[in-house]
Order: sequence, then C-alpha cells, then structure tokens
Amino acid sequence: MNPISTRTPKETQLLVARSLRRRYRSEFTFRALGVLAVSLGVLAVFGLFGKIIADGASVFRQSYVTLEVNYDPAVIDPEGQRTPEALATADYQALIKAALREKFPGVEGRANLRELYQLVSSGSFLSLQRAVVADPRLIGTRTRLTMPADDSVDMFIKGQVDRNAPVAERRLTDQQVAWVDRLTAAGILKLQLNREFLGNGDSRDPEQAGVRGALLGSLLTLGLTLLLSFPIGVAAAIYLEEFSARNRFTDLIEININNLAAVPSIVFGLLGLAVFIGLFGMPRSAPLVGALVLTLLTLPTVIIASRSALKAVPPSIREAALGMGASQVQTVMHHVLPLALPGMLTGAIIGMARALGESAPLLMIGMVAFIVDVPKGLTDAATVLPVQVFLWSDLPERAFVARTSGAIIVLLVFLVVMNATAVYLRNRFEKRW
Amino acid sequence: MLMNAQPEVAPVRATVGDVTVPNPLMTCRNVDVWYGEKQAIRAVSIDIARAQVLAMIGPSGCGKSTFLRCLNRMNDTIPSARVTGEIVFDGRDIQNKRQDVVQLRSRVGMVFQKPNPFPKSIFENVAYGPRIHGLAADRSELDEIVTESLKRAGLWDEVKDRLAQPGTSLSGGQQQRLCIARTLAVNPEVILMDEPCSALDPIATARIEDLIDELRRTYAIVIVTHSMQQAARVSQRTAYFHLGDLIEVGPTDKIFTNPSHKLTEDYITGRFG
Repeated sequence: MNPISTRTPKETQLLVARSLRRRYRSEFTFRALGVLAVSLGVLAVFGLFGKIIADGASVFRQSYVTLEVNYDPAVIDPEGQRTPEALATADYQALIKAALREKFPGVEGRANLRELYQLVSSGSFLSLQRAVVADPRLIGTRTRLTMPADDSVDMFIKGQVDRNAPVAERRLTDQQVAWVDRLTAAGILKLQLNREFLGNGDSRDPEQAGVRGALLGSLLTLGLTLLLSFPIGVAAAIYLEEFSARNRFTDLIEININNLAAVPSIVFGLLGLAVFIGLFGMPRSAPLVGALVLTLLTLPTVIIASRSALKAVPPSIREAALGMGASQVQTVMHHVLPLALPGMLTGAIIGMARALGESAPLLMIGMVAFIVDVPKGLTDAATVLPVQVFLWSDLPERAFVARTSGAIIVLLVFLVVMNATAVYLRNRFEKRW
Repeated sequence: MLMNAQPEVAPVRATVGDVTVPNPLMTCRNVDVWYGEKQAIRAVSIDIARAQVLAMIGPSGCGKSTFLRCLNRMNDTIPSARVTGEIVFDGRDIQNKRQDVVQLRSRVGMVFQKPNPFPKSIFENVAYGPRIHGLAADRSELDEIVTESLKRAGLWDEVKDRLAQPGTSLSGGQQQRLCIARTLAVNPEVILMDEPCSALDPIATARIEDLIDELRRTYAIVIVTHSMQQAARVSQRTAYFHLGDLIEVGPTDKIFTNPSHKLTEDYITGRFG
C-alpha cells in the first residue's frame, strides 16, 4: 500500500469510493435491523391487544331477561311483620320462578321446571332482595324486571357455543334452546350493556361476576401508594442530591437504593406480610397494606428517576439563585424543583405503572382472596385488577375466559387513563427552557 | 517520562505593584484555594476599592475566576474546594464560620459568564432577590424596585411592555442585562462579574461595558475578562494572574502601557494567552 505522501488524489478517491460502498452497506443493514425490531415490537403489541380485545370485548354486553315479577306478599313476608330480618331472608328465588312459570304456562314436571329456572342467573334474586329491603312498599306490586340470563344462555346468544354442538358441550338442552329462541323472538331476552361486570364484585356465577371490587381495590391501593411514594421519594432524592455530603455512607445508601430497585417483588410481599401484618397487626387483604408494600416497591424507582431529574437541571440556575443570596432550601424549592418536577412525574408514572401490574407481592398479603363485597375503605378486604385476572384465569367455567380478558381490558384502560393524566400534568409543569 | 517524578512546584511569585488602596472595601490577604489536592491560587493578596472597576486578566486556568468566587463564597458550592487566608469585608473575615453566606451574597452580587435568567417572567427575575431578602414592604414598593433596577441596567425601555414574558425569551445581551438588573435589585455593595460578555456579540458587549462604566459610580466592581481591550476600556485597576499567582497589580493605564513584570508584558503583547 502506498503511503499517503506518494498517493495521487485519484488513488485516494478510489479508496474513499471503496470505503463508501462499505459504509452504505453497513448503514443499510443497521436501518433494516431497526425497522425489523420496531415491526416486531408493533406486531407483538397489536397481536396481544388484538387477542385480548377479541376475547374480552364480548363481556361488556350481556344477555338479560325481562320478566314481570309479582312481589307477592305471601311469599316475601307471609306473617306480615315487615321486619328487616324477614325481608332480608325471604325466598326471592320463588318470585323469579313464579314469573318464569307465568311466561311458560305449559311447562310441567320437576325436571322440566328446573331446566326452565336455569335460564335465569341464579344470583338474580339478590337484586330483588336489595330492592325490597331498600323500599318495602314494593311488596304487593308487579314490576317488569330485567335480570341477567344464565352464563350458558349468554354464551349461546353470543354465538360462543355452537347451536348444533352436543348437549354436554352446549350446556343447554333442546328444550332450553327452544325457550331461548322463543324469548329472543319475543324481545324478552336480549343483549344489553353488562351492568354486572362493571358494577359487581367477584362472584362464582360468571354472569354475576364483576370487576368493580378489583377496580376500586386497585384505585385505593394505587392512590395511597402514590400519596406515599411520591412525596417520600422526591424528598429523599432532593436530600441525597442537593443537601447530603458525598461520603461513604451516602455512597452506601445510593448502592442500596439501586439494589432495592432490582429486588424481586415477591420479597416485598414477604416483608409486608412479616412486618405490616405480623408485627404491626394490620388487617389482611387490605388496600392499606397493599399500598405500603407497593410504596416500598416503587420508592427506588421514584428516587432514582427524581435524582436524575434533579441532575438534569443546569447548574447555572443553582449558581444564579445562590449568587442572589438565596439559601440552599430556597434555591431548591424556588428554582430546581419546579424544573425537575416533570422528570420526577415521569419517574412516578413508571413506578405506578409497575405497581398497577404487580400481583405477586399482593398475593403474599392476602389480596388474593375471593371477595364479593366492593371495598369501601382502606382497611376493607379487597383485591386488585391483576390479581382478579389471575383468579379468573384459573376458574373452570368457560364464561370466565371472556371475563379474564375483559378484566385485562379494564386494567389497560386504567393504565392508559393513569398515564395520560401524568403526561398531561407533566406537560403543564414543563417550562420552556 | 518518569512515573515517580514529583510534580514540580514552582515557588510562589511575589506580586509586583501596589496591592493596597486607600480606604479599601475588601481586603484579601494570602488567599489560597485548593480543589482537592490541586492548588488553584496561591497567596493572593489584593484590596478592592470602592467605586472602581478592578479587572482581572490572565490566561485560561490562571485562577482569576476562582479568586472572584472567593469574594462571595461561591466556592462553597464546590465540595472539593478549600479556601484559606483572610478576606476582610466590613471589618469581618468572610471566611469565618459565623459569616452568613446568604447575607454576604446579598452584599456581594454576582453576574455569571453565561446569562442565566431564571425560567420565570422578566418581572419575577428582578423581583426574586427583593422578595427573598424581604426588601419590599408591599407590591408597589416591589414594582418600584423592579422598575428602577431595570432602568439602571438600561433594559427598561426594551422590556417595559412585556414584563410578564419569560426572561429566557430575551436576546443574549438583554438576558445578561436582566441578570445585572436582578443583582442591582438587591442593592449590593460589590458586583462580581465573571466574563460577563464572553457569550455576547460586540454590540451587546459595548452596551454592557457602558453599563459597567455607569455602575462604577455607585458600586465596587470586580470583573474577570479574557479580552484585554475590555479590561483596558472598563477598568481603572488591573490585576494580572498567571498559573495561580497574582503577578502584577496596578492602574490599568500603567499595566497596559508600561508593565513591570516580564510575564505581564508577554501576555499584554500577545506572546501567549
């Protein structure tokens, strides 16, 4: 090879041209790999969302039967006491059965009647009970009442089971199929917005099971988690970044915070079980304990993100404030913190998104129980959305497949709403530089 | 290269010229600054006069900015920095642990190399100092302080109609004058300027220089500059720093026309720097 000094410009240009070809080739390869990576990512996301929505979208509508119910005083309260106990313990199922018999007067015999009664959700009497307890004046009246159909009817109507399938698989007898057809034709049985799914807690009956309990559980847990972890995390980050001296001790703290971020979440659950429930005697399955555990889990994320947000504030602003005679606290509070807040919010989003999806640590503290009641406070037994998904995915009834996906959709909507709020807040706080 | 060779420490060079002034505002004696193990300035002694501009010149890394930052203890913000010696202001050593830095910095203001207005409105930028130091009793007094400071910084006419706009929306030269106005609003006794024009164009620079000339009637001004022309134009007294030593101090005319020290002469004539 010629040394540079003896090379003519033409020879040099030849070499450059050769290197250019190589450069273009490697650039093309790099771009192609990038496009491939992005396409794979997009494909995975769309595949996942598509599958979940395809499985779960049907759950937001449910088959309802509208029957004329006679609040027969002889059935509800034969002794005429009208005491709350009597009203609460009455046989409301009998009212529904009577209404069904009225609709199909020709059906006779125990077995046939049982098949008839199976068309309506066995949990429907609860709404009657609630209505009567709330307003005893209903007794003696007749009202048109809409109640969920049984889950096998619901799946049949939605076409999720084949009409021609064997009875064992279809889970409806030929007689029941005929009744369903008659009710559908009469407009008595039809799909409506699924009030049970959005309004109820968990249930063993798929048609009565809802996400409201889990949704509120998630809301309570995450609300408290945010209230605890954001201020604590930001305060810790500000102290470590702006005030503490740099020495071995603070280095040790920093290393520990970074390590804490990598600890498997179930360990935090064990810690919560041992400390909050075992030592402090807090209630099991409570959003309070869940929030404390999730706070421990999200704190490292919030602290690390907040510290890097503080680091990103240009030192010239600190100098300007200090040079004006602002104290260190004034410098941080008036100038540094407002500029770092958007970055801190981003950290909080990441932390909260992780907390929202966590189920393992919450299993440890008992938020995995079968809880029918919608939680009303931080100490009520509750579960959260990911745990609800986990619970339903394990159930044998086929109608829970759709409900599992439905709960995932609710979880994703929750996540999107939460993130959108945070992004909105971040943009509002963001100062033009 | 010998790996074990000790770094060569040159002996401290004595300062040529008179470091004292009659009735000084600040008196610095034997000021040393270390950054960790490295000594940045060595045994600097100089007085700072009232109503006068002192220019500090010298090649990069000579310690002139370091010395400037001693005067309002901005070196406190650098964890590894250590300052020894005596800096007496108003009869007290400001190095003393009992000296409140907040109070000191309200008396010794500072303008930085790069304009660094707060990302707030023009009004808020100027009002910030009076607010934190409690200088204005009410809103009208605060308005008055802001107006007067902006007028003295020669910025009022340009911004009077847009005080609510962010300070960062101004041009570079305007931003620097805003920073000066912000410093004036606290009514300090000394203003430190660390290369205030190095990020500005010649026209903006000329305006700042006029402003400095205006301000020196009231304030003691210490300015670090890389531009010898600027030092010659704005200052009455010049100090030349070289590798951490204060080489020569004297009236600006004398330093630029007839320097006593060889190093000063070399620098002035552009042999290095």
